Amino acid sequence: MSSDETSGTVERMAGAEPVPGSAKTDPILVADGVRRSFGGLKAVDVEHLQVQRGTITALIGPNGAGKSTLFNLLTGFDRVDAGRWTFEGRAINGRRGHQVARAGMVRTFQLTKALTRMTVLDNMLLGAGGQFGERMAGAFLRPVWREQERNNTRRAMELLERFKLVDKRDDMAGSLSGGQRKLLEMARALMTDPTMIMLDEPMAGVNPALVQSLLAHITSLRDEGKTVLFVEHDMDVIMGISDWIVVLAQGQVIAEGRPSDIRSNQQVIDAYLGAQEETAATGGSDDD
Amino acid sequence: MDILSILAESTRSALGPIAAIYALAAIGLNFHYGYTGLLNFGQVGFMLVGAYGVGISVVVLELPVLVGFAVGLLCALVLALLLGIPTLRLREDYLAITTIAAAEVLRLVYRAGFAEPLTGGVYGMQNLSAGFRSINPFDGGARYGVGPLSYNGNHLWVLVVTWGLVALMVGLTWMLMHSPWGRVIKGIREDEDAVRSLGKNVFAYKMQALVLGGLVGALAGCMLAVYQASIQPDQFKPQVTFFLWVILLLGGAGRAFGPVLGAMAFWFLMTFTDGVLRGFGSMGWLPFLSGPDYGAIQLAFVGVLLVLLIVFRPQGIIGDRKEMLINVK
Ligand SMILES: Nc1ncnc2c1ncn2[C@@H]1O[C@H](COP(=O)(O)OP(=O)(O)OP(=O)(O)O)[C@@H](O)[C@H]1O
Ligand SMILES: [Mg+2]
Repeated sequence: MSSDETSGTVERMAGAEPVPGSAKTDPILVADGVRRSFGGLKAVDVEHLQVQRGTITALIGPNGAGKSTLFNLLTGFDRVDAGRWTFEGRAINGRRGHQVARAGMVRTFQLTKALTRMTVLDNMLLGAGGQFGERMAGAFLRPVWREQERNNTRRAMELLERFKLVDKRDDMAGSLSGGQRKLLEMARALMTDPTMIMLDEPMAGVNPALVQSLLAHITSLRDEGKTVLFVEHDMDVIMGISDWIVVLAQGQVIAEGRPSDIRSNQQVIDAYLGAQEETAATGGSDDD
Repeated sequence: MDILSILAESTRSALGPIAAIYALAAIGLNFHYGYTGLLNFGQVGFMLVGAYGVGISVVVLELPVLVGFAVGLLCALVLALLLGIPTLRLREDYLAITTIAAAEVLRLVYRAGFAEPLTGGVYGMQNLSAGFRSINPFDGGARYGVGPLSYNGNHLWVLVVTWGLVALMVGLTWMLMHSPWGRVIKGIREDEDAVRSLGKNVFAYKMQALVLGGLVGALAGCMLAVYQASIQPDQFKPQVTFFLWVILLLGGAGRAFGPVLGAMAFWFLMTFTDGVLRGFGSMGWLPFLSGPDYGAIQLAFVGVLLVLLIVFRPQGIIGDRKEMLINVK
């Protein structure tokens, strides 16, 4: 299993050097000089970053490294001080959040955003794109959008089934547990049928048994050809499913590489030791 | 004190044209706050431009009353765009501050001396309902109905049209909110960033809701003008917006029928307290108060009502308490 994974990884990431800012053979996302400061604090200062299409890339780093801020910047939820980036070859810097999402780059949030006073199914249906009934005038033409609504509902139910939320479809999203909300948010993001999905700590608070099936989902997303970029703190998870790992510390990319490269990278160990000794220690011991 | 006649009078008021007009304006506010989560503290401003749209068109420009309605609605559209464009991208409180200020500025401008040739200044405008009455299918002089619920033909005509508009708007609300469009709108109320992350243009939806609610508010203003046949700028003080909020919360925000029930209950209670106060006064039970003080007590009563409502029934008459409290867990 692990040798399979490694050989697949090598293939998917063929030709990529394990150095910060390394070039990829088929990058879906290319960012240049992305900077954002809060007062005197340089939260993000990424010189160059490429994400390979069709891979699972992990974005890791100590707390406060700037991972979530980088997500916000790239997806149009925050404004950069400087920087340009392209998605599928098209420049999308300066685009607003919904435009980035429509371009096919969809993100979830570290602090889960379930739409609490709406049902789980309505949460899901909100994810579907190109709905005729979402236009104001279209709202009155029920016969026109009924068919589309039915198809979207079917797709939503399939996803809910996959994420073990199908029994909750008519419950208010606010009545879900924290872990269930994480699952709902991920399922909802998938309703948009994204090309690239960016998950900010998707496993936080999800029970270990479910983590395994979540990981399987993420892997199958990649196998369907989607690109996954995710933030995570659990080293087992990261090492287990990532094709590529990008390490951020104090806003900068300090290392990049395959799991095996990152494991032995002294700079990464230092960064983690400097910021959070315990995580580094458990990460090291798990590393059989 | 005749409690039966007070009750009859209160019922008449709950079903009267003013209740219908407030219901209409509160339906607009329901679009803003109840469904979209927009804090509009200046709904009276939309009523004002609606009422003066009719007034200026009919009296100054001598246009037909229906054109007056169109002018009023157009003014509301412009007002909504002016309020929304700078604020709807910002945090929600900016709209709140802007609307409360804009409504008050509008009142002051419409009553100012320089505006007098157009708006009549502090004196307002008179003789506004001739056009409306000329299309009245009822006989203006005759009385219709029974007992305390009888009206002359002109009032009946206003009643039918205003409640008809209320019914139409309730239907419109229901249809919109049971469509995918309404789903996006409710999503924005819950968390606009989540909706944005799914590729919806949140700004455009908020703008649509602001315009829609503003238009319904202006329609209420138009009906006020033709009902009263005259308008004064000082009718459009901030307390009208406050009453509309009480009505919305009383009936149940985010419910299609909430504003209607709220308006009926509100005007019933207002008339009832007024009747009871006058009754006590005439029996000499309120020795320290004279007639004009009753209005102040009535207002205090509205305040107490609001406090009691928020403590004991925050979801309003027909709201769902479970849904209301779902975030507080
Ligand atoms: N809106 C803001 N205003 C001021 N400072 C901010 C803001 N957002 C983030 N920061 C700062 O920027 C830095 C990076 O924060 P960010 O949330 O991106 O970290 P992170 O890598 O996601 O951390 P974690 O793993 O804890 O989620 C932190 O020092 C944080 O305090
Ligand atoms: Mg974070």
